[in-house]
Amino acid sequence: MTLSAQSLLSADSLAQIDKEVAKYPADQKPSAVMAALRIAQVEKGWLAPATIESVAQYLGMPTIAVYEVATFYNMYQLEPCGRHKITVCTNLPCQLQGADTVADYLKQKLGIGFGETTPDGRFTLKEGECMGTCGSGPLCLHNNHTMHAHLSPETVDKLLDELK
Amino acid sequence: MPLITIDDQQIEIAAGSTVMDAARAAGIYIPHFCYHKKLSIAASCRMCLIEVEKAPKPLPACATPVTDGMVVRSYSAKAVEAQKGVMEFLLINHPLDCPICDQGGECQLQDIAVGYGGVASRYAEAKRVVKEKDLGPLVATDMTRCIHCSRCVRFGQEIAGIMELGMPGRGEHTEVMPFLEHHVSSELSGNVIDLCPVGALTSKPFRFSARSWEMARRKGISPHDGLGSNLALQVKDNRVMRVTPVDNEAINECWLADRDRFSYQALNSAERLTRPMVKDGGRWVEVDWPKAMAFAAGALKVIRDTHGASAIGFIASPHQTVEELYLFQKLARALGCENIDSRIDRVDFSGRRDGVEWLGMAVTDLNKLDRVLLVASTVRKEQPLIAQRLRQAVKKGAQVNVVHCADDDLLCSVANKLIARPSDLVNILAQVAKAVGADIDGLSDVVVSDAARAMAASLKSGEKKAVLLGAVAQQHPAASELHVLAQAIAKATGATLGFLVDSANAVGAGVVGCRPRQGGLNAAAMFVAPKKAYVILGAEPELDAADSAVAHQALAGAELVIALSPFKTAGADYAQVMLPVAAYAETAGSYVNMEGRLQSWCAAIPPQGEARTAWKVLRVLGNQFGLAGFDQDSAEQVLAEALPEGEATVRARLNNEIADVTVAHLNAAAGIERLGDTAVYQLDAYSRRAPALQVTVDGQVGHAAMACGALIARLGLSEDKPVKVRQSDAEVVFKLMRDDRLPDNVVRLAGGLAAAVQLGPRFGPISLEKM
Ligand code: SF4
Ligand code: FES
Ligand code: FES
Repeated sequence: MTLSAQSLLSADSLAQIDKEVAKYPADQKPSAVMAALRIAQVEKGWLAPATIESVAQYLGMPTIAVYEVATFYNMYQLEPCGRHKITVCTNLPCQLQGADTVADYLKQKLGIGFGETTPDGRFTLKEGECMGTCGSGPLCLHNNHTMHAHLSPETVDKLLDELK
Repeated sequence: MPLITIDDQQIEIAAGSTVMDAARAAGIYIPHFCYHKKLSIAASCRMCLIEVEKAPKPLPACATPVTDGMVVRSYSAKAVEAQKGVMEFLLINHPLDCPICDQGGECQLQDIAVGYGGVASRYAEAKRVVKEKDLGPLVATDMTRCIHCSRCVRFGQEIAGIMELGMPGRGEHTEVMPFLEHHVSSELSGNVIDLCPVGALTSKPFRFSARSWEMARRKGISPHDGLGSNLALQVKDNRVMRVTPVDNEAINECWLADRDRFSYQALNSAERLTRPMVKDGGRWVEVDWPKAMAFAAGALKVIRDTHGASAIGFIASPHQTVEELYLFQKLARALGCENIDSRIDRVDFSGRRDGVEWLGMAVTDLNKLDRVLLVASTVRKEQPLIAQRLRQAVKKGAQVNVVHCADDDLLCSVANKLIARPSDLVNILAQVAKAVGADIDGLSDVVVSDAARAMAASLKSGEKKAVLLGAVAQQHPAASELHVLAQAIAKATGATLGFLVDSANAVGAGVVGCRPRQGGLNAAAMFVAPKKAYVILGAEPELDAADSAVAHQALAGAELVIALSPFKTAGADYAQVMLPVAAYAETAGSYVNMEGRLQSWCAAIPPQGEARTAWKVLRVLGNQFGLAGFDQDSAEQVLAEALPEGEATVRARLNNEIADVTVAHLNAAAGIERLGDTAVYQLDAYSRRAPALQVTVDGQVGHAAMACGALIARLGLSEDKPVKVRQSDAEVVFKLMRDDRLPDNVVRLAGGLAAAVQLGPRFGPISLEKM
């Protein structure tokens, strides 16, 4: 039986996925799965089961195989989250540069802990692993894509103000 | 060929083999979990670590290719140390619940832990606990026991063709599960029970009912499709507790379809007939055997004496044994009756056939095909393991071309397909025939479509080819025309013509003569022009017949129906005598499978209650009439009489040729029509009575009416709601489900359903109405 659901993804996202698919041989569409999940997540904010199903359908993959990928990597968001997801690196080099102070400041300012979302749905705070730019710590990632380095309480204030 | 040494034994083995292959070839056991001979290499469990000379670290035997001169030690101190290390890690998270685990006694982890595990664990921290997953009515889960070997996942991907289980998560958070809470729906799903080396996946119907060491394993042959899968019937207290496969590379390899595995439930069904019964003034009364036999023979004699032997119809199920079917036709003929048939679901008997239809090749040849034309076969449901073999062939580059009435997912890539309504089937096959330039008359008006041309191009290329006719082609109202077209296509393309035989002993039935000869009537004719009396062996014609309504009417209107059946529900409303006969596991017998292979077995358990083996009942019936030649003492003796040269007798009678058929039904009918192929779990009396199979996804779908979204919308109906189904003059309510793989104007409503008896023919006009 087929549930021929229309793809939940926008034409724009699908076009972006097509571009990724084109990078691989024609019979190896599934190679684009990570990119496709990323694109879907940018559009939807998070990867709901239905979104994962859409990606699977679009790439001709078993849904469970796409789900395996989505659950393997940290940056895929499997629950709804705030408009602004802030992921603070708490690994050792960042810690040595004051990441814990920054993290505590963020928690106190937003009134939430790691893995939580503010009641207004604006911010989600996440604990992250080393992002490979330890020289610029303490640092955080905004919505998986923009890095803010050399954080201090002052720069955090500024950042939060900018993020509506 | 590289020569390698394992534990001082020299082994010569083909290049490209692994150390594990070499060890197995030499009979050296290397402990392993994730390795399986039929699955790809995962090398994830590391249990098979071995020492290789000049290698700095132990290497996994399952993933290390052999090289010439390699020296391997599987049992050296270094190897055993590595193996013990792996074992310790595997046991860290494994619960110590062997006493309540169904796998206990047949668990690879348990066995290997005895050899390589520590006496006590050094791990004092909390163990991992995994939430249970609901995989449906067949497979029970205890996922905390999973050791992440990924065999079940690879089975789905590589053998079943559908990846239903996966391993989401990472590290110790990895869990085997389906996406969301989906039930597994593969018709081969039960195999993961055998594959799982621990007790994470076990049989749900068997759960907690016996220990593996309490059961005797007796060989049996599956009574369902024409493959003849080899079974180990596991018996405790004269009851079949479960069924597992017996390896046979030529037939089922190490697999079983779920139908083969779980239909044993029917053996213990409450519907079993355990005492002879006679209808007295409309009520059933239990009687003893002599009385029942005297009654049956006496009543039959009256019919014969007053109306002649041709007023009797003999109908046997093609799931009965060679011995039973042989004596059945012998009895009929000795009584002077030629109305004998086992092809209950067929309508079109036109044309001249010279032998018994069969696969036309060996089952193993299917894997080697380059080109296949599959004509009207719901192969995944008809012969699940044949579908599996075709899938393997496709993996090696075979092109499968499909002509069918439903675009069913074969779970492998299909080169070309032509999907049309049943009444259009002859036309589309004719297009293919014309496109390949087949030598056959009557195709001048046929317009060849591009898809047919593409199919023809595919069939003209390649070396080893087959044109295979499925059950729908055989049950089709124009079956002979499809046959003759397929024959012409095969001839024109150099392919072998084969029949995907859908019942366990249909070939055997034909070979021993369960077919009408000169002057006799075939099954359909016996119902269309009702007989005064019927003798029925194992069949339920009101369900199996091509036209269930007509069959039911004929039986209900007969003066006498003698039903030999293991089940009291078979014939209860129309029979006058019911004689309890042994089920497949309770009798010695033989089947001939679709490749003409004769397989015999001994009874695994005694018949239930007072039931007797059917061949003995038939012999006694012969004696009651004082007929000569009914004095056999054993099943072997009957077999020797039926097939004097054994398989050679069978082979001499196999022939797929057909002649004297004109292709005429080239125009599709107007309106909505029924596609009444047999649902996977309605094939025979046994599968129908296996409760676990009935509640699977396939079992449920088999009870619904299906149509494509376009048709549902056009008729103003809604999916997943009850709908009135009307056919002939009858009307029955079914659940309507949507399946966009069906062509427009087709309602798929399985044949063989008790609820659909009144509706009648499996093909033809049908209509749907809002409730
Ligand atoms: S459930 Fe069984 S077969 Fe599947 S990965 Fe776990 S241990 Fe292996
Ligand atoms: S430790 Fe924070 S980026 Fe490397
Ligand atoms: S059997 Fe070799 S790693 Fe599992």
